[in-house]
Amino acid sequence: MSAPTANTAAPARPPSELGNGAKRARSGPPGEPRKVAYLFILPAFAVYAAFALYPLGKAVYLSFFEWDGLTLGTWAGLSNYTDVLSNERLRGAFLHSLVLIGFYAVIPLVVGLILAAILHRARVWGLGFFRSVVFLPQVVPMVVIAVAWRQLYAPDGSLNSALSGIGLDSLTRGWLGDYDWALPAVGFIGTWFEIGLVTVLMMAGMSRIPTQQYEAARLDGAGPVREFFAVTLPAVRGQISVALTLTVIASLKTFDLIYMTTKGGPGYQTTVPSYEVYRQAFEQGKVGLASAIGVLLTIVIFAISFVITRVGDRDTETS
Amino acid sequence: MRISSGERVANYLILTVFAVFALYPILTILVAAFSKDTQAPGGFANFQQAWEIGRFGRSLLNSVLVSAFVVVTSVVLSVLAGFAFGTMRFRGSSVLFYLMLLGIMMPAEAIVVPLFFDLRAIGLTDTFWAIVLPQVAQSVAFGTFWLRAFFRTSSRALLEAARLDGAGSLRTLWSVLVPQARPAIVTLVVLVFMWTWNEFLIPLVMVPSNEALRTAPLGLSFFSGQYTQGFTLLAAGATIVALPVVIVYLFLQRHFIAGMLEGAVKE
Repeated sequence: MSAPTANTAAPARPPSELGNGAKRARSGPPGEPRKVAYLFILPAFAVYAAFALYPLGKAVYLSFFEWDGLTLGTWAGLSNYTDVLSNERLRGAFLHSLVLIGFYAVIPLVVGLILAAILHRARVWGLGFFRSVVFLPQVVPMVVIAVAWRQLYAPDGSLNSALSGIGLDSLTRGWLGDYDWALPAVGFIGTWFEIGLVTVLMMAGMSRIPTQQYEAARLDGAGPVREFFAVTLPAVRGQISVALTLTVIASLKTFDLIYMTTKGGPGYQTTVPSYEVYRQAFEQGKVGLASAIGVLLTIVIFAISFVITRVGDRDTETS
Repeated sequence: MRISSGERVANYLILTVFAVFALYPILTILVAAFSKDTQAPGGFANFQQAWEIGRFGRSLLNSVLVSAFVVVTSVVLSVLAGFAFGTMRFRGSSVLFYLMLLGIMMPAEAIVVPLFFDLRAIGLTDTFWAIVLPQVAQSVAFGTFWLRAFFRTSSRALLEAARLDGAGSLRTLWSVLVPQARPAIVTLVVLVFMWTWNEFLIPLVMVPSNEALRTAPLGLSFFSGQYTQGFTLLAAGATIVALPVVIVYLFLQRHFIAGMLEGAVKE
């Protein structure tokens, strides 16, 4: 299926106040440092600084205080951070994130790689349609996805009827309310959400591998499996690091899904850092603690994406 | 490549199973939205009923206004900033650029807490601005990065020619580069629209008590909390909320897929 790519975007109109600056910059040879650049950057940077950079700095500041959001805060030093480590619920939140990384990133990557490799071997009809379909979960609002899966997981939902249908009544349960199964159930929604994205990404990477490489491998007597490890896998290292960056970050920012499905329960079995930020700040009145969790989450996200891109870069350089 | 017909059949099987897996939860909603139960008359009347009970008219309008503002503002600001970063040399350009790059990864969870209390202190919570400005900030970070990458590849010769013709920077940008950048700009528009339409945390936190300002996903969330007499009308509401972004996806899917995949590649 190929949809018409209508260009419906209204052309952006630049604000006319910048006209003066543009005139001033007309002199001077190209390539020379240009002051007018600051004028072009100013509006974007101002909004970004005021509504993203400054709040991030403020979050760091608030994380050193004990504050309920109403009365005067008191200096707390690092105690909010030590609380995150010592509080069982908050420690659990970060551990649950690790489990979710498995569901959001690792499983989709392994399955996506295998599926893409199989599909890559033979040209079949309908790949364009397939791509559109498996990518669809990425654009549907997470709130809607949560509504759908809540129904599938419900005690009288499709999953349980399917299990009863094949005689596995003993396995039926209210999945999202089950103490042991709630976290894997939420994680599996992440697998469903990311698997199409990863597969499409891998297929795009594999379509760029020259066929000669496969022919050469076959002349050497390589079977499909050797072919995969010798030719396909090394060629998509870049895509693998992109897929991991996207999915790992998504797994760490999984607020809407938790808010809509389990609210962290049963008990605190499915709570995650992004949900705890909301809960501690706006339900428990612990603004400093919430800020500390947010800061830690940011550090983890920055560190993980830095490491993944570094490793990915090094791999592609040496290959 | 020579492939056995057995493998070809296996491929179709994989494609079908995978496509059904991806569609099943979405189809569950769609089928339920049209079905009948004690509260729902069935068919399109379900949507009318959900529309009234869930007050989706109001929340959809809010989402349209919020998305329009965030898309237009952040695309205009990103074009200007991306142009400067992509085609001009100036002191501090890399420091400023890396600062903005942080915004692409910065989780909204970290900044939403201080933002709420600061905006409350100046009386801005429960207003339109509290919903849109933080989202413009996040979108502008990605947009600047995205368009800088595009403008860097734009031809030097073309820029020189424009300069020799006496066009100022703004004219060069507007009449030479922007027409060239149309595909990249459409992709940006589509992505920012999707992110804004689907955003949940920022409107949830920033509009704690003003019901009239709820966006569509928020409206659905409250609807699902209050309306618990069955799944049918909830499914109809979910369909209403997802429909605009799914329709845009159906028409501009290349931009969605290219943007989400390449946007990450260029990092």
